Amino acid sequence: MTPSNIKYRIGKSRGFQVLTITLAFACVIPLLAILGFIIEAGITKINWHFLVNVPKPVGETGGGIANALLGTLIIILVAALIAIPIGILCGVYLSENKKSRLAYWSRLCVDILQGVPSIVVGIVAYFWLVKPLGGFSALSGSVALAIMMLPIVIRSTEETLKLLPDTLKEAAFALGMPFHRVILKVIIPCGISGILSGVMLSIARVAGETAPLLFTAFGNPYLSANLTKPMQSLPLLIFNYATSPYNDWHDLAWGASLILLVFVLMLNIFTKLITRKWKVQL
Amino acid sequence: MESTIIKSIDYNAYFGDNHVVKNVNIEIPKNHVIAVMGPSGCGKTTFLRGINRMHELIPNATAKGKILLNNEDVMEMHPIFVRLKIGMVFQRPNPFPNLSIYDNVIAGYKLNGIKLPKAEKDQIVEESLTKVALWKEVKDSLTKKGSFLSGGQQQRLCIARAVAMQPEVLLFDEPTSALDPISTSTVEELFHELKKNYTLIIVTHNMQQAARVSDRTAFFYVGELVEYDDTKRMFTNPRDIRTQNYITGRFS
Amino acid sequence: MDTSSMDKDLITLSNASLGVISPVKTADSLKIRQRLRRSYRQIKTENVFRRVLVLMGWVMVVLVLGILFTLVLESVPSIRALGAGYLWGKTWDPVQDVYGAYPFLLGTLLTSFLALIISIPFSIAVAIFLGEYYPEGWLPNLLKNTVELIAAVPSVIYGFWGLAVLVPIVRGWETKLGVQPVGVGILSSSLILAVMIIPYAASLGRSMIQMVPSPLKEAAYSLGATRWEVIRSVIIPYTKSGLFAGILLSLGRALGETMAVTMVIGNTSIIPKNIFSPGNTMASVIANEFTEADKPVYLSALIELGLVLFLVTVVINMIGKRVISRFTNE
Ligand SMILES: Nc1ncnc2c1ncn2[C@@H]1O[C@H](COP(=O)(O)OP(=O)(O)OP(=O)(O)O)[C@@H](O)[C@H]1O
Ligand SMILES: [Mg+2]
Repeated sequence: MTPSNIKYRIGKSRGFQVLTITLAFACVIPLLAILGFIIEAGITKINWHFLVNVPKPVGETGGGIANALLGTLIIILVAALIAIPIGILCGVYLSENKKSRLAYWSRLCVDILQGVPSIVVGIVAYFWLVKPLGGFSALSGSVALAIMMLPIVIRSTEETLKLLPDTLKEAAFALGMPFHRVILKVIIPCGISGILSGVMLSIARVAGETAPLLFTAFGNPYLSANLTKPMQSLPLLIFNYATSPYNDWHDLAWGASLILLVFVLMLNIFTKLITRKWKVQL
Repeated sequence: MESTIIKSIDYNAYFGDNHVVKNVNIEIPKNHVIAVMGPSGCGKTTFLRGINRMHELIPNATAKGKILLNNEDVMEMHPIFVRLKIGMVFQRPNPFPNLSIYDNVIAGYKLNGIKLPKAEKDQIVEESLTKVALWKEVKDSLTKKGSFLSGGQQQRLCIARAVAMQPEVLLFDEPTSALDPISTSTVEELFHELKKNYTLIIVTHNMQQAARVSDRTAFFYVGELVEYDDTKRMFTNPRDIRTQNYITGRFS
Repeated sequence: MDTSSMDKDLITLSNASLGVISPVKTADSLKIRQRLRRSYRQIKTENVFRRVLVLMGWVMVVLVLGILFTLVLESVPSIRALGAGYLWGKTWDPVQDVYGAYPFLLGTLLTSFLALIISIPFSIAVAIFLGEYYPEGWLPNLLKNTVELIAAVPSVIYGFWGLAVLVPIVRGWETKLGVQPVGVGILSSSLILAVMIIPYAASLGRSMIQMVPSPLKEAAYSLGATRWEVIRSVIIPYTKSGLFAGILLSLGRALGETMAVTMVIGNTSIIPKNIFSPGNTMASVIANEFTEADKPVYLSALIELGLVLFLVTVVINMIGKRVISRFTNE
């Protein structure tokens, strides 16, 4: 082996390292570009008026996104109310029954559900709720979103509970606690940080979902809190107004984008920070 | 003269097809300390967990035979009642990490949804912690989490937790094997005290410990109860050759 | 626990609450009796709770089967009317009642694979950087969290940003290259998709690379290998199935992604001629035309696309998960 050969190899190694680092950090650029652009385009649009008014018809300037804000909150709240109990209990079932056949199939279905494209969930929710109920409704949108939240909540619950030592459960059983109290009073409280982070991540994930709402919640230019009627939501508003040809509407969409983006990113970051603190010391 | 509190009749335990405890017949007198000994894997833990029906929590685990608690078969009772009357302390201290020391002691009430007036709770906590000689050490930090205590303190906390339920029998599975010598002797001293109110069944690998604390010793070998006798007699004059070998350290 | 054993419990309960309380004081005995009465109620709840848990296990199975069943059922009119040729049909013209899915299949495959090709170098670089070069420290940690945030940005925002920023840029390129400058199209969609799917392969790849046993690496180093040689001849071969799985998961995401693509692909149902042409993917055509589909066969044809999408993503995800679990069990 000649020295020059070694030098060449070292150089090549260095070169590759530089290339890797460059490419790795290049990934951040689009995110920063999007953040920067949306902040710049959106920040000037947001004011009190913007938050408490509904959109004006085409041609009139001004107007706000109050209907979308309220709608997003309602739709997500209802979705969470559906998905959280089912998701946590299903996660408990899976972690309690590691080997049963039903658990195997159930786990497989959770995996499948996690990969189902959101538009497909929208189609299904349309046939399960919109058609039978005779019209678009916020409730059907919530159900669609709940279906998308389930796998995240279930998985994080299962993973969290699996890590809890068996001795904990035995301690509880040995005190004569019935099964449901062991789960509800000991197991779930001890895994609460992991479960909550799953719940919050699932909310963050569906908060920006548009596709499942297209054929369910549908959108509504007016303020509405009626679960059985169409309802506006932030992502729907952004989609509809962004693809419209009117500049006033684009402005509304930029403001709405900023709010949605900040909400979703905050939820993500907040989850990471806070779950570390809540963690129960084992 | 002394009344029997626990009596097993042809008790058998299985893990699937694996026959782990074979035809055990044993009578345990009230307010005594019984040591359970035997080589590793001979079924001591399994037998012990059979007494308060923790055995069946393991998937595939089954049991046959009778275990009488005050002449009532625990196999016919609901496990919850059994466990309310027969407390258990584990090899590794396992206080509830999400509860304070105070709440750990009354966990059996609190987590079972039994509401007690504050004064009564205070009384139970103080009494139980006093019984396990922990009250002085922790009375100023009752609101701290139980997992902040030392290993020995945690183990005593777990004993207090079991004692607080006023059981009749307390089961210990190698309660000191995870503790340092000083904590071990504190816990051993406890046994003498606890014996006044409870019947103690203690699985242990430590022969000196068995000799020190127990009134009677049961020797298990490959799932069978080989010998069960007065501790002194057993250690000085074992009848079965297997017991003899074990005691003299010929196998472990 | 069945009902007969429940009855037995009831009997034992009464026995227990009467008999056992031997040496205890009367106040205590009252307490114990209360406790037992409570416990009886608990047993009932316990059994209900167990059933509820099993029910939850079933809910997931029923949900997924229900999705499949609904998609199949609603696709039946289209399958009947159009047959298997539907998937290869080159024209999509609902006004003339002509339905062919080929333009969308092609559009989906083009955008997804192009996105994959663009994103792979970046996601692998992130994986190697975080998994091998700098697994710890605040800067790598920041990078890791930032890359994860890429997945958190709502797709409708990617779409909007793409429409406002990326499409004009692409239009500029097209003008320079002398193709028709539309901006929207396959390329714009692929670029947006490429960004969106980076985190999936990156984070999986990172954890796989971190699982490479250090004795393997040390053996190579002790033979005088450079870092790059260790990466190329130890780490990559060892983790290749894991990296492959990560890429599959990214692909699954890309195939099903709807909104961002819908907003920048141009939405024409003509077969794309090259990567600059506008087009449609399966997901985007559903998003665009579902609420407008006024004829049963039209609607059903769209749902059949959804069914195909569902099946394809399920298969891809299942393969990916299999590969991962095989890798992690080894
Ligand atoms: N959860 C389980 N599943 C299947 N088999 C088990 C399980 N636990 C124990 N066994 C088997 O049952 C037998 C007895 O185990 P047990 O734990 O009762 O032994 P032990 O006497 O307590 O041993 P040690 O002194 O090591 O604690 C062992 O041979 C073991 O292989
Ligand atoms: Mg044991």
